[in-house]
Amino acid sequence: MTARLGVILLVHTAFDRAEQVARHWARAGCPVVIHVDRAVPRARHDAFARALSDEARIVFSRRFRCEWGTWSLVAATQAAAETLLSRFPDVGHVYLASGACLPIRPVEELIDYLAARPETDFIESATTAEVPWTVGGLHEERFTLAFPFAWKRQRRLFDAYVELQRRIGRRREMPDGLVPHMGSQWWCLTRETLAAILRDPNRAAHDRFFRRVWIPDESYFQTLARRHARRIESRSLTVSKFDYQGRPHIFYDDHLTLLRRSRCFVARKIWPGADRLYDAFLTEAAGRAGRAEPDPARIDRLFAKGAERRTRARPGLWMQSSFPAEGRETSVTAAPYTLLHGFAELFEGVEAWLTASTGARVHGHLFAPERAEFADGATVIEGALTDSAALRDANPKAFLTSLIWNTRGRHQCFQFGPRDDQSLNWTIAQDPNARIAAVTGAWAVPLFRSGRPAAEVRAEAAHLQAVEADHLKVLRSPWTAARIRVWSMAEVVATPAQALRSVLSDMGAPEAAELEMPRLVDLEGFGAFLQELKNQGMHPYLTGDFPTGPASQRAAPRPPRKPYVVREP
Amino acid sequence: METARELWLAYRLRWKRRRLLARAVRKRRQLRAVADRTGAIQPGDILAFVAVRNEALQLPHFLDHHRGLGVDHFLVVDNDSDDGTRAWLADQADVSLWRTGHSYKRARFGVDWLTWLQIRHGHGHWCLTLDADEILIYPHHETRPLPALTERLDREGRESFGAMMLDMYPQGPPGAQPYAAGDDPFETLAWFDAGNHFIEVQPRLRNLWVRGGVRARVFFADRPRRAPTLNKIPLVRWNRRYVYNTSTHQILPRRLNAVYDAEGGESLSGVLLHTKFLNTIVARSREEKTRREHFEVADSYQAYYDALMADPDLWCPASTRYTGWRQLEALGLMSRGGWV
Repeated sequence: MTARLGVILLVHTAFDRAEQVARHWARAGCPVVIHVDRAVPRARHDAFARALSDEARIVFSRRFRCEWGTWSLVAATQAAAETLLSRFPDVGHVYLASGACLPIRPVEELIDYLAARPETDFIESATTAEVPWTVGGLHEERFTLAFPFAWKRQRRLFDAYVELQRRIGRRREMPDGLVPHMGSQWWCLTRETLAAILRDPNRAAHDRFFRRVWIPDESYFQTLARRHARRIESRSLTVSKFDYQGRPHIFYDDHLTLLRRSRCFVARKIWPGADRLYDAFLTEAAGRAGRAEPDPARIDRLFAKGAERRTRARPGLWMQSSFPAEGRETSVTAAPYTLLHGFAELFEGVEAWLTASTGARVHGHLFAPERAEFADGATVIEGALTDSAALRDANPKAFLTSLIWNTRGRHQCFQFGPRDDQSLNWTIAQDPNARIAAVTGAWAVPLFRSGRPAAEVRAEAAHLQAVEADHLKVLRSPWTAARIRVWSMAEVVATPAQALRSVLSDMGAPEAAELEMPRLVDLEGFGAFLQELKNQGMHPYLTGDFPTGPASQRAAPRPPRKPYVVREP
Repeated sequence: METARELWLAYRLRWKRRRLLARAVRKRRQLRAVADRTGAIQPGDILAFVAVRNEALQLPHFLDHHRGLGVDHFLVVDNDSDDGTRAWLADQADVSLWRTGHSYKRARFGVDWLTWLQIRHGHGHWCLTLDADEILIYPHHETRPLPALTERLDREGRESFGAMMLDMYPQGPPGAQPYAAGDDPFETLAWFDAGNHFIEVQPRLRNLWVRGGVRARVFFADRPRRAPTLNKIPLVRWNRRYVYNTSTHQILPRRLNAVYDAEGGESLSGVLLHTKFLNTIVARSREEKTRREHFEVADSYQAYYDALMADPDLWCPASTRYTGWRQLEALGLMSRGGWV
């Protein structure tokens, strides 16, 4: 006869579920020893025990009052283990589970799995230096300090006593030369190892020491198994995940497929209301997964993703339950975008040209005073974002972040200039997703082309230049994070291809050997216009130097009359 | 200096809360029990508090949905309905019903009445405070009923849960869409605005102020400061000392308003699907315009009601068709947080 699998079940709540699970283990031939928390009222305990009295393989062990993080859980486990070993001498492996643990693979398969590994102890057991889980920021100190106070009930005393011990440099010595190990409290040990731990001649010393260790149920058996086991597989056969605050994750009905595919033997914690999980797994016939190895990787990934989402919001998302304080955001915007300053004024049809050569969505002046000039004259775009200037100006940052969030997947580009709302200048300049290409002084072009006399546009020109100068101060500050390029208008007029090429490469367009460039607007007489502004007492310095004098005599960079082709050098 | 101001504000808010509670206690006299089944409430039950007026059309689906989510008992105040709402509610085994003929507006839009019921019956329970045109959904709501959600919140140490309103609308004029009591309203109210909300922090009460959506787009494009507030905190582990400040947008004490993560992560949140734009909207707007019982600055809403009465098509080509909570989660309108 092969050795049997025995089960210890720690129960403190959800008794109907615990009863179902206990019967399930017993039905597969496993003796079950149940420990019911002493805190459970006597009547409740008795009713539970009575309900299971028809099953000879289920017995109850001496009760302890259990409190999280304390020795009581180890004491309860020891007592239950002693009962199990003495009452059922044919038990080979002992599985420690709780009332919220659910076998998610037929128990027969677990029995076969263990029968094929009769000398192996399955217990997660790592030295303190290697474990990442540290609730309350305690690591090695779990062992070197003493913890007589309950973390959940007596937090102040707990913290104060820890602090005191740190001050006086307390260091408790491990008894008996033990090396502290930690791991999941849900293990499956061989009878030999478990018996050796319980009958260790130094057990009194061990117990005395661990009584003051913090969370000893994660370290008592994990440490002592290292002394007595013949062969340790340092992993738990129970999938049990913890969130970023150290609380166990809970499985619900919607995890059914995930749990099935994991081929793990036992999962915890199961939500007591998860009818579908209990129905499915407690009636499953053997033979589906056969001898397959458990593979919790998918479960690990899912919960890792959850932990990530909880602590790191999706970049560029501002929503009702995630609104980072300044400087705490993952990213202001969701994706890279381009702000073109002055290009639309200087190049004819630059928007259509950019759309064709980059595939990006190229808007007009999104922050124009009249309306948000969406691409193709749209009045409403993705996410039902409208072109209403009033709605946009009620919260310009929300407008920008919504636009980029709604259209993620396609690069957005928009025109900008000193006529537009300037309130986002800092936000955009500090956004690593922003690519800013600015031609300074281009605001003068529409004024020049309007045909209005310099005397009339002088005030407006001065205003636009002042606004642009303020923006340039931002762009040139050391605190920016955007990719920023600034040229004066004179530079761009001299070598227009260079500026356009930089814009293309910033927008991620493929390098093209030959490219048809958009045409510069007709600047015939622009130098004279600037001179006229100067004559009116204004000083248009942001345009750069344009030769002055009567238009007919100047040697200004004369824009070609037809599109030209630039070749790589 | 800053701390002194904060302390002074905290002090004033404490008195404001006490004032509001005292007011609710006074207003209890305006309520007459029609069907009081509160004796059936068990410890740990999840309760819903609702003030209604002529909601016979919406209530059957409203009750079914929230029953299905795991609400154990509904505590309803009927403000003078004349469409059979009262008789229908009184027949529901899990409803306790009170009636009042007093002014809804002067009862702080019904909040005073509900506050009194919450003082009496809500203490220690997770309480859901809703309007009859609000349908709560949250991540995994089909497989994880409210007790699973509230247990999760308890474990996170949270006492309150945020769910912003999402205005749902049909394609075509709302007045032309058929709807019969008990139907799934989202057969016709299948559309929403997915990405035009704007949010700011209101430092006084530490809540987020969310506005936008279809009503801002269609009715308030020229005066966004008046656009309706969409943030709500409908689910709270109640204490008899708590009180809603304005509708369920804000609550006191103000720590309960911190339903969002300010550290760069995402907290668990839900959405209240707003079924205001059923075909009754036109007649209702007409009535509300004359009753002037609805908003604090009723006059500035006249234009809004006029626009509603014209029964405009709210749909636009950029509207999004509703497919379920996963979609709203992916769009960033609500979040699973770490609840996977």
